[in-house]
Amino acid sequence: MDEAALRLSLVLATLTTLLLLVLGLPLAHWLATSRLRWKFLVEAVVALPLVLPPTVLGFYLLFGLGPRSPLGRAWEAVVGHRFPFSFEGLVIASVLYSMPFAVQPFATAISAVDRRLVEASHGLGVSPLGTFFRVTLPLSWNGILAGAVLTFAHTLGEFGVVLMVGGNIAGETRTLSIAIFDHVEALEYGAANRTSALLLGLSFGVLVLVYALQRRPFFRWNER
Amino acid sequence: MERALTFDLVRRFPRGPTVRARAELALDGGPVTVLFGPSGAGKTTVLRALAGLDRPDEGTIRFAGETWFDGAAGTFVPPQRRAVGLLFQDYALFPHLRVGRNIAFGLGRLGRAEREARVAELAARLRIGELLGRRPAELSGGQRQRVALARALAPSPRLLLLDEPLSALDAPARAELRGELRRTLESSGVPAVVVTHDRVEALALGDRMIVMVDGAIRQAGRVHEVFSAPADVEVARVVGTENVLEARLARRSEGLAVVRAGPVELVAVDPGGLEDEAYACIRAEEIVLEGAPGAPTSAQNLLSGVVVGRADEGPLVRVRMDCGVPLVALVTRASAERLGLFPGRAVAALVKAPAVRLVPRTG
Repeated sequence: MDEAALRLSLVLATLTTLLLLVLGLPLAHWLATSRLRWKFLVEAVVALPLVLPPTVLGFYLLFGLGPRSPLGRAWEAVVGHRFPFSFEGLVIASVLYSMPFAVQPFATAISAVDRRLVEASHGLGVSPLGTFFRVTLPLSWNGILAGAVLTFAHTLGEFGVVLMVGGNIAGETRTLSIAIFDHVEALEYGAANRTSALLLGLSFGVLVLVYALQRRPFFRWNER
Repeated sequence: MERALTFDLVRRFPRGPTVRARAELALDGGPVTVLFGPSGAGKTTVLRALAGLDRPDEGTIRFAGETWFDGAAGTFVPPQRRAVGLLFQDYALFPHLRVGRNIAFGLGRLGRAEREARVAELAARLRIGELLGRRPAELSGGQRQRVALARALAPSPRLLLLDEPLSALDAPARAELRGELRRTLESSGVPAVVVTHDRVEALALGDRMIVMVDGAIRQAGRVHEVFSAPADVEVARVVGTENVLEARLARRSEGLAVVRAGPVELVAVDPGGLEDEAYACIRAEEIVLEGAPGAPTSAQNLLSGVVVGRADEGPLVRVRMDCGVPLVALVTRASAERLGLFPGRAVAALVKAPAVRLVPRTG
């Protein structure tokens, strides 16, 4: 059993989920409430990882944050080592790659909150931030939780971006899905099966949790 | 300085009409101003702009010497800093909070003890003390309205804005809550602007009224004056009832209420809930005119007077009379010719008791 890979995958998924809660909630709130004309451009950018091959995302991340780019040199100066093949690089790539899986359910949940309740709160003197925590969040928490759980599960299973950006360094960038790939390449089908079964069980459990928490469908396309 | 609310605002809608509204409301005499008009007239647009929920495209809004909005100067005071109490059409209670927490929602800056005292005070005033532990979903329409009102009044607003406060209720509850709402607004001492498209609501709640038609304000004045003397045909069509007389209950007999309007007494069907003051409303087309008091008729009200003016409206003639109180009657041109209805002519106006509609007023 690849305990190091399992631990790494769990830490990576947890960090990615937390970062996407911090970064994704304000973005989702903006997407759900803004009446700006050019909003659809941002929506398209957020949805891009859904259709883009992970290798393309990984390639541009390597290109943009690699040691030859100005951004990459700035990264090296701040973090102390290079972006490619590092755990930090993996976190950044995962956040970008899982963005739509967090932001879309968040935005759907937030936009389902009755606007008049938000207005009533503003009328009672409560700031926009206070209104978010006292009205919007309590009324959309199940959708937000669903997005967080989905992000966690999606990060747990990612492969292409991890391989491109992180490579395969044990204890540093070797996640569960990479470990499975290694086992199969080495013809260790027993080990590959154990790790795969673990990932399958974990993913299924997470999705069961999501749908159980969620009384109504959280994908827009399921709504009538 | 005198508290006044003045606004002069323009709001355009991409594929809709443009609302241009200007008015000046002195808020000290008479607490309730009704913003009246048919649906789509722009009433809610004005209310939302006053509340700060929407930003007008142009114009100014001033309240008691403060500038809330000035399109040219780029001033916009957000709703949080206007200290305005809002009552939404469907009340917009926070479904995840119990009634007590709903009422306390805007009291964040008070200490816990003060907050609880304020909630208790409002609960007592609005008689919802036993509901504090319930969730909004467990309340009736009338209870929701009282809770929403308590929530709006809790932070001691300087102005109350109510959007169709009774329209979410069924008819019996509406009739019951009209008088109660008027009393609550009056005793709160907070000036209020009430949006409504309902004549009876306007008469029962308002001291003054502003009539909006097609995105513009057409007339402003005391409620019964606007009803009795509409500024133009459009306003007359919208307000509908030409004769609105201030009246007091004189006595009751045989299920009928006798009210006194100026020097005359009118017999009307008792609407219930009548204590003392009321508006007696009579549509002009319900009044029958006679040349002089003659043989007894089945009409309960016979008012002698004199014609003071007439206006021809196609096949109909609008006759203004002084019968001790001003009255307007609508008759056919043929009748007007036969009776010789010109200024100075003595006439008798007959009104059946069921045609006199009484709208009770409190305070």
